Amino acid sequence: MTVCVQEADFDVGAELARLTDGNKRIGGLAVFVGLVREMHVREGYHRDKVDALTLEHYPGMTEKALEEIEAEANRRWPLEATLIVHRYGRMEAGERIVLVAVGSPHREAAFEACEFLVDWLKTKAPFWKLEETPAGEKWVGAHEGDDAAAARWEKKP
Amino acid sequence: MKVRYFAWMKRTVGLPEEEVAPPADVTTVGDLIVWLRARSPGHAEALAEGAAFGAAVDQRTATFDVKLAGAREVAFFPPFTGG
Repeated sequence: MTVCVQEADFDVGAELARLTDGNKRIGGLAVFVGLVREMHVREGYHRDKVDALTLEHYPGMTEKALEEIEAEANRRWPLEATLIVHRYGRMEAGERIVLVAVGSPHREAAFEACEFLVDWLKTKAPFWKLEETPAGEKWVGAHEGDDAAAARWEKKP
Repeated sequence: MKVRYFAWMKRTVGLPEEEVAPPADVTTVGDLIVWLRARSPGHAEALAEGAAFGAAVDQRTATFDVKLAGAREVAFFPPFTGG
């Protein structure tokens, strides 16, 4: 179980190699990489171009929140390895923001736990996105779809 | 205790954090919110009733009925938008 909150970019290949190195019980590794998207859909159809964003977080609480989410995934599924790397600071469109990787003997648990971790970190870890658009800076509002995605995991599978 | 503000709340209040000593009748997060509103127009706007924000006590998410007894750090922030 590893949580890393950092300003620097990460190397997906190197992170995955380190995660699985020496553990031959892992049969499947599910990976999610979140990127800064150039276009941000706002209120259904109105669109703003996003050039870059700055991700603010709550040092100390962020790490604790991510560790709790990771521990919950390990309680719910038989996992061999979990990794959450989340960046903060300024990132331009196309840059990587977050890496979630889950290794398990079987793929079902890996896929499910990876989706769970992404859904919960979006709604339970203290990060805030400030987008840079041609119209100025805008704080991103909470997305109802994210709450719904997180809520479906409230009951244990 | 230390009170911290994040994202747009930090800009509205005009401070990232402040050291406060609320009176003894401020016993819950909700009491603290009401007490902080009187500190400045920025506080009143950021912590307005109906504004969408959450709180943490000693770096754990807390509802407004949570007791402050012994708390060293209380934080206020908008809904999370990471990932």
